[in-house]
Amino acid sequence: MTPNGISRTIGRYRRVARDPLLLFVSMLTLASLILFVVYPIASVVLQSLKPGDSYSFAAYAETLKSAYLRTAFYNSLMMSALTALVGTLLGFLFAFAVVRAKVPLGKFFNGIAIIPIVSPPFIGALAIIMLFGNNGLITWNLLKIQNFPIYGFNGLFLAQVVTFFPVAYMTLKGVLESMNPVLEDAALNLGGSRTKVFLKVTLPLALPGIASSILLLFVETLADFGNPLILAGSKFPILSVQAYLQIVGMYDLPKGAAISVFLLAPSLIAFFLQRRIVGRKKYTTVTGKPQTSTGKIVSPGARTFLFIACLFISALVALIYFSILLGALAKVWGYDHSLTLEHFKFVFGVGFKAVRDTLMIAGIATPIAGVFGMVIAFLVVRTRVPGKKLIGAMSILSFAVPGTVIGIGYILAFNHKPLALTGTLAILLLNFVFRYVPVGIESGTAILQQIDPSIEEAAVDLGADARRTFSKITLPMIVPAFFSGLVFAFVRAMTAVSAAIFLVSSRWNLMTVHIMSQVESGNLGAAAAYSVILVVIVALAIGLIRLLLKARYGRFGGAMLHF
Amino acid sequence: MSVRLVDVRKEFPDPEKAGGIMVAVKDMNLEIREGEFITLLGPSGCGKTTTLRMIAGFEIPTTGQIWINDEMVNDQPPNKRDTTMVFQSYAIFPHMSVEQNVGFGLELKGRPKGEISAEVAKVMEIMGITELGKRRPDQLSGGQQQRVALARAIVNKPRVLLFDEPLSNLDAKLRETMRVEIRRIQQSFGITSVYVTHDQDEAMTVSDRIVVMEKGLVMQVGSPFEIYSRPSCKFVADFIGKVNLFPVKTLSLGEDARVRDRRGIEVPVGSADPALKEGDDALLMVRPESLSLSKAGAVDKESSVEWGSGRVIKSVYLGSVIEYELDAGYDKPLMAISHDPVNGEFFKDGDEVSFSFSRRAAHILPLR
Ligand SMILES: Nc1ncnc2c1ncn2[C@@H]1O[C@H](COP(=O)(O)OP(=O)(O)OP(=O)(O)O)[C@@H](O)[C@H]1O
Ligand SMILES: [Mg+2]
Repeated sequence: MTPNGISRTIGRYRRVARDPLLLFVSMLTLASLILFVVYPIASVVLQSLKPGDSYSFAAYAETLKSAYLRTAFYNSLMMSALTALVGTLLGFLFAFAVVRAKVPLGKFFNGIAIIPIVSPPFIGALAIIMLFGNNGLITWNLLKIQNFPIYGFNGLFLAQVVTFFPVAYMTLKGVLESMNPVLEDAALNLGGSRTKVFLKVTLPLALPGIASSILLLFVETLADFGNPLILAGSKFPILSVQAYLQIVGMYDLPKGAAISVFLLAPSLIAFFLQRRIVGRKKYTTVTGKPQTSTGKIVSPGARTFLFIACLFISALVALIYFSILLGALAKVWGYDHSLTLEHFKFVFGVGFKAVRDTLMIAGIATPIAGVFGMVIAFLVVRTRVPGKKLIGAMSILSFAVPGTVIGIGYILAFNHKPLALTGTLAILLLNFVFRYVPVGIESGTAILQQIDPSIEEAAVDLGADARRTFSKITLPMIVPAFFSGLVFAFVRAMTAVSAAIFLVSSRWNLMTVHIMSQVESGNLGAAAAYSVILVVIVALAIGLIRLLLKARYGRFGGAMLHF
Repeated sequence: MSVRLVDVRKEFPDPEKAGGIMVAVKDMNLEIREGEFITLLGPSGCGKTTTLRMIAGFEIPTTGQIWINDEMVNDQPPNKRDTTMVFQSYAIFPHMSVEQNVGFGLELKGRPKGEISAEVAKVMEIMGITELGKRRPDQLSGGQQQRVALARAIVNKPRVLLFDEPLSNLDAKLRETMRVEIRRIQQSFGITSVYVTHDQDEAMTVSDRIVVMEKGLVMQVGSPFEIYSRPSCKFVADFIGKVNLFPVKTLSLGEDARVRDRRGIEVPVGSADPALKEGDDALLMVRPESLSLSKAGAVDKESSVEWGSGRVIKSVYLGSVIEYELDAGYDKPLMAISHDPVNGEFFKDGDEVSFSFSRRAAHILPLR
């Protein structure tokens, strides 16, 4: 470092030291991220390297020796890659149909695509069992097939595509909307055929978005736990489930940790690739009013095809949700479909503690995660606190790391003094807070980058310190984004299972985990009833926040939520 | 209150070159007196904003010191300095009404509610925005936003007011009204002010003194008159208004300053830059409006120095003035402006003319 460089750095520290609160908050943030994000992940890696009393690669060797686990590794990668490709294809189809082709019922298709995003990720698996399983409505009741091979690749692939294509849809919808349709019209005007314009203009422009969507879906599918636990079966092992079984079934921590590392590595690689693609995109392409397409780019024949394809996919999604609702109301699924409220009685009676716990945990963790996320976004985007880059990188980490790995990390890291937290409410809360902080950061960062920094400077100039600038100026301006992030975090918290399943206890349990165990014990009715209640709670929460925003910000307030 | 910059230098990490630095302000020394209105003037990227932001405390000098009164403020954050800035983008808080915006600074100081609203009302009255109090910022025109920004700044009675191109978003007419307004407010409150602009007319009308900057360096500090008619270098002469420059040799300085031009003709000059010594090569400067034209050979030798003759190659009639360009055998055409064309003489393209200037209008400055 040059002398000037040193004096610059010293100057910066000295300045920050003058605003003790800023320094305190940033140091606290840094420390807590190290403790609750980095340390658990490091614990997993350390544990995998220490099968006995000394360090060795024995756990890895053992994992690699097992043909079964090698298959699991291969299956996971293949399943994730296929889901990523097919899901992105469907998502693009859907988005292109709604944004560019302007097919009829666009609003309805949009709504259909949002449903899976706001519901528990394993609902697809549950519905598929109810439709195509041993007692499945279609396979058993309609077609009279016994033991239809739904467990394994077929069922899981279907479930994953239905679960994750909406994520691709959301990403690509944004991409297509921010793309200026005039470009396409201009190309048409220059005499290109429709196919040519699509291939030479639309597709290349959307390519970064498509690539980013493929990687995103890859990461999410790889990390998914609920669907494979229900549908993979023993003949089609999947890594996340195997890691869970090693730890919960066999009590083999080192091996479970080693499997987690095999899960972690491809996730991180795909995630950082995705970040690079997204990072290259300039923010200005996202701002500004979305211009509406004239729809001339699509021929009538293609539009009809897109419309029918969308209808078909929507029908599948609708069928899934309908069967869940039906399952919650049917006496014994597959045998006696007479309507009953028995399952709901069960949930509200014996099983109500899980509902209460879930609501409480999500209700406490999400606002904390939201505020914390905004604070971090503020620190990273607007201040010059030392270590802000590190803060940004660490807090995004929990996005990249599969829940299974985080869950295992938490039980490894916090099962001994001074932080013996296993079985407590605290461990669940901490896990949720730090897992959903990135949601707040993402929305906070995006909005902060659109706000002219001189507005905050003006406040500082008039005598406000960092705290008051944040609370009186920054926060009110980012409130809508804050609520959007909050809703999203709440949905994720209500429907989370992969990390939480390691952390629940008899004292503190979650609805999602209950649903999984009801499915495992064949009690589909109760599982369906739980799922229905879960979806209703989430829908109510979204509606409530919409109303609040509407009351506060008038007619357009509700539209501030991107749901 | 006085503001003093001592050897202030500001470096930024070069955005284009990793590890590289770029110097935005180079070892600047400047003393701003109490109650003075000083303007930083210069082309884009010369470091005006950076200087202003260092005085406000948003940037810390890499080296050097900033003093406000007798206090070294390098380490004082902006919120602890009694400086208030009016931003180019106005930076009105979008979620607050006009009144809340104006009262924000006082509210931060914890003044009682009644006192705040009284102060706010008074300042809004002065700024002529009383009836806008309840409006939201997005319901204001550019000029109104500008007034709100100014009201929000002066209500705090800051020791130093800082303006960063406050008028650049307004149309020409409003700019003229507002700059008079800003000057009036500044004088009635007697607040030391630093004003940034790259509009020379604006700088001339509002300032007590102007600081001309280029590439992070201060080129000249002086009153508008000094800057315009006694520029210290070619850059300043060129930057402010149009100018004719002739290469000359300095013969004598002082009362009877004289120079000799390339043709060997000797002429007396009115002023000389203090950096010049006898015998130096120099530039003789005459502003176009000081160059008077007459029919060839008809110069009034009593009041003027005849300087040469040439041919009109271009004339532009602008109503109140006519602008001429003359070919007089120099590398560049000479420029002359003749006022009051109705009473004066007209020349056409191709006319042969003599040009002259009064001794007082001639100034010499160093070559570099
Ligand atoms: N934060 C920064 N990082 C890197 N370089 C900077 C930064 N701020 C300013 N600069 C550079 O410093 C130089 C001076 O910038 P400054 O904003 O002070 O110019 P200015 O005189 O205000 O120009 P303008 O009239 O265009 O506003 C410019 O070359 C600019 O690119
Ligand atoms: Mg500037």
